[in-house]
Amino acid sequence: MFKLARYLRYFKKEVIIGPFFKLLEAVFELIVPLVMASIIDIGIKNKDTAYVLQRGGIILLLGFMGLVFALICQYCAARASQGFGTMVRNDLYAHINSFSHAELDLFGTDTLINVLTNDLNQMQLAVAMLIRLVVRVPFLIIGAIVMSMILDLKLSVIFLIVAPLVSAVLYLIMKKSVPFYKARQKKLDKVSLITRESLSGARVIRAFSKQEHEIERFKRANDEVADIAISVGKISAFLNPATFAILNIAILTILWFGGIRVNEGSLTQGEVVAFTNYITQISLALVVFANLVVIFTKAAASAARINNVFETVPTLTDKAGDRSNLSSEELTDTGLDGYPLISFENVSFAYPGTDKYALEDINIDINEGEIVGIIGGTGSGKSTLVNLLPRFYDVSKGVIKIKGKPVQDFSIDSLRKIFGLVPQKAVLFSGSISDNIRYYKEDATMEEIKWAIEIAQAKDFVERLPNGYDTIIRQGGKNLSGGQRQRITIARALVRNPKILILDDSFSALDYATDANLREALKKNLKNTTVIMVSQRANTIKNADKIIVLDDGKVAGIGKHEDLYRSCHVYKEICDSQIS
Amino acid sequence: MTSKESNQTLKRLFSYAKPYRMYLIGALFSALVSVLLSLLLPVFLGKAVDFIAGPGKVDFNGLLRTIAYMALFIAGSCIFQWTMSFCTSKITYFTVKDLRNSVYEKLNIVPLEVIDKTPHGNIINTMVNDIDAVSDGLLQGLTQLFSGIMTIVGTIGLMLSINLGIGFAVILLTPLSLFVASFISRRTYRKFTEQTEIKGEMGGLIEEMLGNQKLIKAFSYEDRALERFKEINARLHKCGVMAQFYSSLTNPCTRFVNGVVYASVGILGAFSAIRGNLSVGQLTSFLAYANQYTKPFNEISGVITEFQSALASAKRVFALIDLEPEPSDEGLLSGIQADGRVSLKNVYFSYDKSVKLIEDLNLEVKPGSRIAIVGPTGSGKTTVINLLMRFYDADKGTIEVSGVDIKKMQRKALRNMYGMVLQDTWLFEGTVRENIAYGKEDATEEEIINAAKAAYAHSFIERLPNGYDTVITKEGSNLSQGQRQLLSIARVMLIKPPMLILDEATSNIDTRTEIHIQKAFARLMEGRTSFIVAHRLSTIKESDLILVMNQGRIVEQGSHEELLRKEGFYHKLYYSQFHVTQT
Repeated sequence: MFKLARYLRYFKKEVIIGPFFKLLEAVFELIVPLVMASIIDIGIKNKDTAYVLQRGGIILLLGFMGLVFALICQYCAARASQGFGTMVRNDLYAHINSFSHAELDLFGTDTLINVLTNDLNQMQLAVAMLIRLVVRVPFLIIGAIVMSMILDLKLSVIFLIVAPLVSAVLYLIMKKSVPFYKARQKKLDKVSLITRESLSGARVIRAFSKQEHEIERFKRANDEVADIAISVGKISAFLNPATFAILNIAILTILWFGGIRVNEGSLTQGEVVAFTNYITQISLALVVFANLVVIFTKAAASAARINNVFETVPTLTDKAGDRSNLSSEELTDTGLDGYPLISFENVSFAYPGTDKYALEDINIDINEGEIVGIIGGTGSGKSTLVNLLPRFYDVSKGVIKIKGKPVQDFSIDSLRKIFGLVPQKAVLFSGSISDNIRYYKEDATMEEIKWAIEIAQAKDFVERLPNGYDTIIRQGGKNLSGGQRQRITIARALVRNPKILILDDSFSALDYATDANLREALKKNLKNTTVIMVSQRANTIKNADKIIVLDDGKVAGIGKHEDLYRSCHVYKEICDSQIS
Repeated sequence: MTSKESNQTLKRLFSYAKPYRMYLIGALFSALVSVLLSLLLPVFLGKAVDFIAGPGKVDFNGLLRTIAYMALFIAGSCIFQWTMSFCTSKITYFTVKDLRNSVYEKLNIVPLEVIDKTPHGNIINTMVNDIDAVSDGLLQGLTQLFSGIMTIVGTIGLMLSINLGIGFAVILLTPLSLFVASFISRRTYRKFTEQTEIKGEMGGLIEEMLGNQKLIKAFSYEDRALERFKEINARLHKCGVMAQFYSSLTNPCTRFVNGVVYASVGILGAFSAIRGNLSVGQLTSFLAYANQYTKPFNEISGVITEFQSALASAKRVFALIDLEPEPSDEGLLSGIQADGRVSLKNVYFSYDKSVKLIEDLNLEVKPGSRIAIVGPTGSGKTTVINLLMRFYDADKGTIEVSGVDIKKMQRKALRNMYGMVLQDTWLFEGTVRENIAYGKEDATEEEIINAAKAAYAHSFIERLPNGYDTVITKEGSNLSQGQRQLLSIARVMLIKPPMLILDEATSNIDTRTEIHIQKAFARLMEGRTSFIVAHRLSTIKESDLILVMNQGRIVEQGSHEELLRKEGFYHKLYYSQFHVTQT
C-alpha cells in the first residue's frame, strides 16, 4: 500500500489541506454540545435572552463554517483520489503493455483486467476516505471521550465501555456475514452459468427435449441462492438493532448515574444533555469507522495485487546498447546474402514455469520466398514454434537467427514489423472492417486495404455488405461468419505486405474451395514473401516447398510431400486419415 | 419512462410479491412499530432530564420509572427492527427467485429465433444484475421509503404535540432539507450516469485490448492502445472529480442543515423555556429530534434515485418474461412410428422477409439414405437443420416424416426421432456420465459405457482424472474439441434414434481423434436416415443425395456423379478442391 503512496506526492496540497479542514470541522462539531449545555445551564437559568441568541448564533456560525471547511475537504479528496487513480491507471496500463507473453501467461487476462479496473477503483476509494475520514473519525471518537472526561471523569467510564462494545458487535456481525456473501456470489455465478449454458445449448436442449430437466436444474440452483441470501439477511438484520440497543442503553446509564452526579452537585442538567449528545456522536463515528476498516482491508489487498503487477518486470527486452533496426529492405541487402532467412539452431524451449520442453532440439532453415508448411497433432508444438519467431518468447536453449544474426540483436519493434501474423483464433476488434485492417498498418490507404481484402478472398462478401468496408464489427465479429472473420484477419496481416507471413492454422473455418483459392492468390501476389503455414490439414500444406512435421515437440521430418509420405510415418498417418 | 408505464411495471412487480404479502405486511407493520417506539425515546429522554433538575432536586423514583419505560421501548424497537429486516429479505429474495424462474422458463419456450437474435450477454445481464437491482431498489427500497416517511411524519407530529410554535418552525425549515437532498441527488445522478458511460467505454477497451494483448504485441499496436486508453482516462478523470465531489456533498450538507435546525430549535426552545412554556427536558427532546431530522430525507432521496434505475431494470426483466412463446403443442400427436422417410414439399423459408432464402424446396428421402449438404462457408447449410428439427418453422409448404406433417406432431415427438451432433458441441457442467446420459437419464452404467465404446470415447474417458465421474468445466474447456465431439456422438449413440443430423467439424482436431470421429460417425449412420453437413470428400461421395447450397439457397441436388456431369456449381466446388488433392 505504501509503495503506491508515492503517487500522492503529486497531490501534497490536497492531502494536507483536506484533512486539516476536516479536522477543524470536527472540532466545531465537538464544541456544539458544550455551547448548547451553556444555553441550558446559563441562558435558561438566568433568563438571559441576549445570551441565548448570542450562543445560538455561535452554533449557526459553527455549522456554516463547518460546511465550508467540509466542502473544501471533499473537493480536495475528489481531486486527489481521482487524480491518483488516473495516474496509476495510466502507468499500470503502460506497464502491462511492456509485458511479454511470459508475463501475460503468468497473470492471465482476467487478473490483469481486474487489477486495472476493480482493484484500482478500490484504491481510489481508499485515497478519498483517507483524506475525508481517516483524520475525522478517530478524532471524533477520541475527542468525544476527552470532552466527556473534562465534563465528568467518573461518568466518562461509560464511554470507555460503550466504544469497545459497539466495535465488538460490528466486528462480530461482519465476520459472520462475510463468508455468506462470498457463498452467495458463488451460487449466483452458478445461476448465470446455467443461463449461459441454456442459451448456447438451446438447440441441443430442444433436440433432446430436455427443457423441463433444465428448468429443474435452474430452480435448484436458484433455490440455493435464495436460501443463502435469507441466511445472510438473518445475520445482518442484527446490525442495526444491536448498535441501536447499545447506544440507547448507554444513554439510560448516563441518565441514571448522571442523575446521581447532578444530585451531588458535581454535574449540571445541561451537561447531562451534552453527555447524551457525545454518546450519539461516538456511536455514529464507530459505524463509519467499521466501514473504514472494511474499505482499507480491501484496499490493502488491492494494493498488493497492483504492486505485484508493477513489480513484475518484463523478462524479454531489447538488449541495452547497440541494437540494429531491421527493415524489409535491409533483409534483401546483399551484405547478408548467403545466410538462410531464418534458421533454428539446436533450439529447445520450455514455457516459463514448466520444465517439460514444448520444443526440443529443433534445427530448421527457411529460405527467402519459400512456402513452408508445419503440420502435426494437437500439442505437437506447431504454434509454439511460430511464436518464437517474432520473439514473443525467448528460446531456452540454442539460437534463432535471421539472416545469420540472432533475433536478440534486433530491436523487438523492428523485428516484429517484418512479420504478418494470422492467429489461430479469428479475433476482430470493434470498429469498421477497414479499421480492423489498419491495426496492422495505421496509415494503410484504401487501395492497400482493398488489395489485401482481395487476396484474402474476402472482397466478394465485404463488398456485398450494405456498408462495405465501413461495416461495423459487432461483438467481436458476431455479425460475420467464422470463415468471414478468418479472411479478414488474413487481410489484416497482408496489408503490411510482410516479409514473412505466419498463418497459424488460419484456414480452419474456410471450406476447401476458399482454402484452395486463397493459397493460389497468396502464391501469385506475394512472390517475395516467405509464408509459414501451420495446419492440421494435409491438404492445405501439401504443395508447400518445405513441410516440417512435428511430433511431440520434436521434428519428425522435413521435406516435400512425396518424400515425407514415403519416409515419415507420422506424416503418412496424418495424410491417410484426411485424404480420401 | 412515463409515469403510467412506471405504475404498470410496479403493479406487475407487486403481483410477483403477492404470494408473500404476509411478509410485506409484516415488514411494514414492524417498520411502523419500531419507528414509533424509537421516536418516543426522545420524549422520555426529555422527561428524564426534567427529573434531574439540579443538586438535591433529582427525583430518583421518577427517573427510574422513565428509564424503565425507555428500556422497554428500546427492546421493542430492536425486536421490530429485526423482524422488519427479516421480512424484507424474505419477500425480496422469494420474489427475486420467482422472477428468475419465470425468466428462465420463458427462455426455454421462446422460438429459437429469439435466442439467436438476442446477444446472450444481455440476457444473462438481465437475469443476474437487473433482477438484483430490482430487489435492491424496489423491494428493499420500499421498506426504507415507508420507514423514512413514517419517521418524518412521526417526528413532526411529536414535535407539534410538545410545542406547536417550535414544531411549526421546524416544518418551515423542512423545504431546506428537501431542496438540499434533491439538489445533491440530481447532480450526483447526472454525473454518475456520465461516469458510468465513460467507465463502460473504458471497460470495453480494456477487455478488448488486454483480452487480446498477445495480438496487440504482434501488431506493435501497444502505443496506439495506450493513446486510446489515456484519452478515455483523461475524460474519466474530469468527470470523476465532479461526480465524486457531488456525491460526497451529502454528509456535510446534511450536517449543516441539521445544524441550522438544531440551532433554531435551541434558540426558540430556550426562549420558550425562559418564558416557562417549555421544560429543559422538553428542549432536550426537541434537540434529539433536530439532530436526526435530515437523515430520513437523505435516505428517501437515495431510495428514489435507486428506484428509477430499478424500474428500468424491472422493465427489461418483464420484456423477457413477455416474450411470445412458441405455439403450443397441445393436442398434437405425441409420437409416430418413424420409418426414416422424410419429404419436403414446396418449402419456402427465410429468416428475414426481405432476403429470400429457400424457395420451393422439394426433397424425397428414402429410409436409411444419406443426404449430404455441401456449400461454401456461410452458405446457410444449417438452415436445413433448423427446418428439419423445427427450430424454425417453414414459411410455406410442408415437411413430413413417415408421411406425417411435422407441424401436426409435438415438437418433442419430432425431435426425439432425430439424433443430432453439431459442430459446436455443447456440454454442460456435470460429469462425463451425466453428459452422455443426457438423452436417457435412466441409462444403466453398462449402456453408457457401451455407447462410449461405440463412439470411441471410452479409452480417453478412462484416461481422464476421474474417468466417467470427471466433471466437465465451463462448456467443456478441459477437453479438446475432438473429445467433446466424441462425447456428443456417444450421447446420440445411447438413444439410438431412427434419424440423424450430423454436422462435420472443420477445425482443429488432431489426427487420431479425427479417425475416431469418422469411424464413430460411420457406425452411427448404419441403417439410419442421415442428414450431414459435410466437409469431407469421402462423406460426400458415399452419400445418396447431395444438396449443394450457395448464398443461402439450394442451387443443385443430385448424386455425386450426376452433379459432376452437370458441370455446374458443384463441379466447380469439387474441382477447386480436387485440383489440390490429387497427388
